[in-house]
Amino acid sequence: MRPLLQVSGLTKAFKRGGRGVPAVQDVSFDIGPAETLALVGPSGSGKSTLARLVTRLIEPDGGSILFEGEDILRLKPKAMRAMRARLQIVFQDPGSAFNPRATVSRAIADSLKIHTGFSQGERRTRVRDLLERVRLNPDLAERSIHDLSGGQRQRVAIARAMASSPTLIVLDEAVSALDVSVRAEILHLLKRLQRETRVAYLFITHDLGVVRAIADRVAVLDDGRIVEHGSAQEIIATPQSPTAQALVAAVPRLRLQAQ
Amino acid sequence: MSLAQRISRAPEAIAGITILICLMLVALSAPLLFPGDPLAISGTPLLRPFVDATHWLGTDRLGRDVLAGVVHGARTSLLVGLVSAAAAIVLGSVVGTLAGFAGGLLDELLMRVTDAFQTVPGFLMALAFVSTIGPSLMVVVTAIALASWTAPARLVRAEVLSIRERDYVASARAIGMHPLKIAFREILPNALPPVLGLSAIIVAGAILTEAALSFLGLGDPNRVTWGGMIAEGRAVLRSAPFLSIIPGVALVLTVLGVYLAGEGLVEATSRRSRA
Repeated sequence: MRPLLQVSGLTKAFKRGGRGVPAVQDVSFDIGPAETLALVGPSGSGKSTLARLVTRLIEPDGGSILFEGEDILRLKPKAMRAMRARLQIVFQDPGSAFNPRATVSRAIADSLKIHTGFSQGERRTRVRDLLERVRLNPDLAERSIHDLSGGQRQRVAIARAMASSPTLIVLDEAVSALDVSVRAEILHLLKRLQRETRVAYLFITHDLGVVRAIADRVAVLDDGRIVEHGSAQEIIATPQSPTAQALVAAVPRLRLQAQ
Repeated sequence: MSLAQRISRAPEAIAGITILICLMLVALSAPLLFPGDPLAISGTPLLRPFVDATHWLGTDRLGRDVLAGVVHGARTSLLVGLVSAAAAIVLGSVVGTLAGFAGGLLDELLMRVTDAFQTVPGFLMALAFVSTIGPSLMVVVTAIALASWTAPARLVRAEVLSIRERDYVASARAIGMHPLKIAFREILPNALPPVLGLSAIIVAGAILTEAALSFLGLGDPNRVTWGGMIAEGRAVLRSAPFLSIIPGVALVLTVLGVYLAGEGLVEATSRRSRA
C-alpha cells in the first residue's frame, strides 16, 4: 500500500545567537492510511518542531514531505491552503489554540467556510453534527471557547480538525495537558473517529502509556534524530536505545508489565 | 461583570462620560438652541457675560453671541477630534498589522515611512499641510490624522508581533485561512485594546491641534471654532478677557472629559482581562 505520508531527510535548524542549532536532523518515516504512528521522545528532542514541519507551519531547511503523493513543500500558497483540508493538526494546549474571542461554532465553521461551499445554514447543521461526533452537547455551539473546560476545548479542537474531512491529523501532545480520566476519554474518542473515518494520526507524545493505548507503530526521537523504530509492543516490551529505555522506565505500570 | 457595570465603578469614567454626553447633546442640539448663523451679528458688541438675558455669555467685538459660538464650536471640536482620531487609528492599525504580520521587506518599508512621519513634529506637519492645501474641515481632519497615526501604528505592530506567534494563529494557518484574513480577523482585534487606551490621548490631541490651527487662522473659516474664538478675543484680552476664557474653559472641559472617559474605559477593560 502506498504510504499516505512519506517524510524523508527532513532537517531544520534554528538560528540562536548567529549559529544554527539543529532541531531536526535527517528524519524519515512514513504513515499509511488509517494508521497511527507515535513519535515519542523526551522534551527538547524536536517533536513539536517536527509536528510543525510536517504540517508546513514552518519551512524545513532540507528534505521532502510527500503527502497523498504530492510534495507539499513545492506547493504554491494557494494550493497549500487547499491541501490543508486533508492535513490537520491539534495542538497541546487547548487554552491557547483558539482565538480568545471565538465561539465554538465560529472556531469550527471557519474551516467549513474555507474548504466547503456550504451555506450558512448548512454550516450550522454541520457544526452541530461535528460536536455530536466528538460527544459534545450541540447546544454548546454558541458558547465562548473561554467557558469550556480543557477536555471540552480539546474536543472542539478535534471537531475543528475533523471538519474538513482530513486523511491525516497531527496530534502534537494533544492529550498531555489533560488530566488522566479526560485523557482516556479523548484517546477513546480518537480511536473511534479513526474507525469511522479511516483518518491516520501522527501522534506526538512523551508518554509511552498513551502510546500503548493508541499507536500501531512507534518512532523514538532523540536530539532531532530517530533512534529507534518499531511496533508499539516491541518498543514497550524490549526498548533498545537508552532513550526508549528511559521513556519506558518513566511509566511505572509499563515497567511492571515488561518484567 | 458586564462592561457597563465595571465602568460604573470607576468614578473618573463616570465624570468623563457625563461631560462627553453633555457636550454631545449640546453639539447635536446646537441648531435648535441657536438657530441661524452663529457668525451673524446679533447684538451690541462687547457685552459682558451675565448682564443680558438674551446674550447670556455676552458678545464679542462684532456683537456675535458668545454662547452660540461656544455651542456651535462644540460641534466642530468634537467632529474634528473624533473623525481625525478614528482615521488615525484605522490607518495606524492597518499599517501596524501589515508590518508586524508580514515582516521582512514590507515591515522595513512601512516602519521607515512611519519613522519619517514621526521625526516631523505632528503640529508642524498639520500646519504645513493645511497652509498648502487651504483650510476646510476635510483638510483639517486629514492633516490631524496624518500627524497622529504613527503612535497607534507602532503600538499595533508591537502587539501583532507578540500575537502572531501564538498557537491560535498557527491554528488559523493550519485550517488554510488566507493570511490577510488571519492578520485582520484573528490578530488585529486582539491587538486593539492597548490602542483603544491610547485613543483618548489621540482624540484629546486632535481637539487641541484643531484649536491651535484655528487659533492661527487655519481653521475652516465657515465654521465657529473654539480656537478661532480664543484668537478673536486675543485682541481685547485686557478689556474683555472673557472672550478668550470662555472658549478656553470649554476646550479644557472637553479634553478633560475625553481623557477621563478614556482612562476609565481602559481601567474597566483591563479589569476584565485580569479576571
